[in-house]
Amino acid sequence: MLNRTADSVARATPEPLARKVRGISDKGLAWLFISPTILLLLAINIFPLFWAIYLSFTNFRANRPNEVVKNLGLANYKRILADQDIWIAMQTTAHFVFWTILLQTLIGFTLAWLIDRKFRGHAFWTTIILVPMMLSPAVVGNFWRFLYEPQIGLFAYAVSFVTGIPATQISMLSNVSLAPWSIIIVDTWMWTPYVMLICLAGLRSIPEYIYEAAEVDRASNWRQFWSITLPMALPFIMLAVLFRGIENFKMFDMVNLLTGGGPGSTTEVASITLKRQAFESWRTGYSSAFAIILFVAVFGLANIYVKALNKVKQR
Amino acid sequence: MSLTSAHSVVAPSATSKRVAGTIIVAYALISIVPLLWIFATSFKTPPDSIAYPPKILFQPSLEGYCNLFSTRTRQTPEYINSLGPATGVCDETVRKRNMVIAGPSNFMPRFVNSLIIAFGSTFCAVFLGTLSAYGFSRFKVPLADDLLFFILSTRMMPPIAVAIPIYLMYRELGLSDTALGMILLYTAVNVSLAVWLLKGFIDEIPREYEEAAMIDGYTRLQAFWRTVLPQATTGIAATAIFCLIFAWNEYAFAALLTSGTAQTAPPFIPTIIGEGGQDWPAVAAGTTIFLVPILVFTILLRKQLLRGITFGAVRK
Repeated sequence: MLNRTADSVARATPEPLARKVRGISDKGLAWLFISPTILLLLAINIFPLFWAIYLSFTNFRANRPNEVVKNLGLANYKRILADQDIWIAMQTTAHFVFWTILLQTLIGFTLAWLIDRKFRGHAFWTTIILVPMMLSPAVVGNFWRFLYEPQIGLFAYAVSFVTGIPATQISMLSNVSLAPWSIIIVDTWMWTPYVMLICLAGLRSIPEYIYEAAEVDRASNWRQFWSITLPMALPFIMLAVLFRGIENFKMFDMVNLLTGGGPGSTTEVASITLKRQAFESWRTGYSSAFAIILFVAVFGLANIYVKALNKVKQR
Repeated sequence: MSLTSAHSVVAPSATSKRVAGTIIVAYALISIVPLLWIFATSFKTPPDSIAYPPKILFQPSLEGYCNLFSTRTRQTPEYINSLGPATGVCDETVRKRNMVIAGPSNFMPRFVNSLIIAFGSTFCAVFLGTLSAYGFSRFKVPLADDLLFFILSTRMMPPIAVAIPIYLMYRELGLSDTALGMILLYTAVNVSLAVWLLKGFIDEIPREYEEAAMIDGYTRLQAFWRTVLPQATTGIAATAIFCLIFAWNEYAFAALLTSGTAQTAPPFIPTIIGEGGQDWPAVAAGTTIFLVPILVFTILLRKQLLRGITFGAVRK
């Protein structure tokens, strides 16, 4: 079968092309295949990154391209580290990342643990649960703004129905103490399925014979959960935490459309501050420096985390 | 364990299955309510959409969809009466609000932009990704692990941080607010995902197929084309859908780098306003149309989902 195809292919291939291509060594082919990707990434990702590093040492402003660009050395970095607003934004980001990851991991793992019971119809309901995470975060942020409307919104109505608080008083987006929770709720709604799916893979990777052995040894369900289920699913849980942590540290689109960083700057996560500095105040040099700091932070955290992850896996 | 565990001593009991099933179904139903609500709102009239208490039962109307696709001007009743009979459902709906349709809205062009940019960048990313993935999978590439980590790391950058120099670069090159610029950018973002996912898929295809083909006289390139590609179709299709979803959903770059001719749907939909504030039925209609392809893709992809969202790290 393969031979026949081979013959017909050999006959069908035009001679000059075949000769030309036959001449390429495996090594040449490898570079031919890989280099376009590397070149594209160098042009669209790495070159701009170096440009941003250069800009971060200057007072350049994108809205005044003709002004003389001065080299400021490390002044931008020093100013950022001393800037009260930047530290508040970092605290807001930390609050957001901490609570979203905690809630998503708890709820996501619980859901996965329940789905793993393989009740009838579990595949269908799992697919339904997965839908929110596939949606556009921007569009999600925008329509949750509608759900959060103080009186007419479904969320306010549902909460007042359950708690008895008048719906007019439930203004998630304009109340200073509730607004940070409004973005946490939406993010949890959207991304819990993500954590759930990875946890489910973890639970399904545990071989059944381990439970059978535990059963023979008369280990209680409680004991089985803490000594088998949780430790064996842990690398997967940590993988989910890693991905969500990086993504939420960079969070922009959903928050930008839901609260825009407001009221005031109560939900102004790092990316929103960056956008305000770069594209509203046009402090290009200053915001480039902040972008580099954020980038290094994401990278550092990810690296530390990956190392921890490998340690857990080796055990 | 209970009597029902016929096959295995560790199978969950019927009771625990029932309890788990109830909780999961309840969660699924609650989590889907926001989406159903948006769908319902798209068929409400503007007064119905902002009624208190929120209306669950209502007279369906196409006003949201009419408003989404058209721009309207307010006219006097005398002028409207002087016009001939209404020419369609939308014309009729709009006239009831003392308005006439002035022309098409920007929604269609924005939607078409989304299609062009999403499909264009997906094609490029999958094309480049397949070649690179094959290269990394089959050849000894020096520093392969470092290169792969480099490719992945480009995806970790915060989009706003990348957008600042890209904004300047595109301004210099005349690529700001062009479909080509957005396709290049989305290709660069997606190619990292494509390489990682496809490398996993190609690793799973036994090398023996190509080796057999090459012994039969195929060149390496022919072997790649005739034996590897057909086997990788599922993987390529799944990867393409993931790239498509990313490009379709992307907002940050689109909002900062496009404003007019190349603007995609995500930055446009939130800007739909009617008289006296946001026209929620029209926004809901736009959201519904925008989300339907994603729902279809989610169902198509459900077997590959895990792989896609973890960059191929978890394969099940």
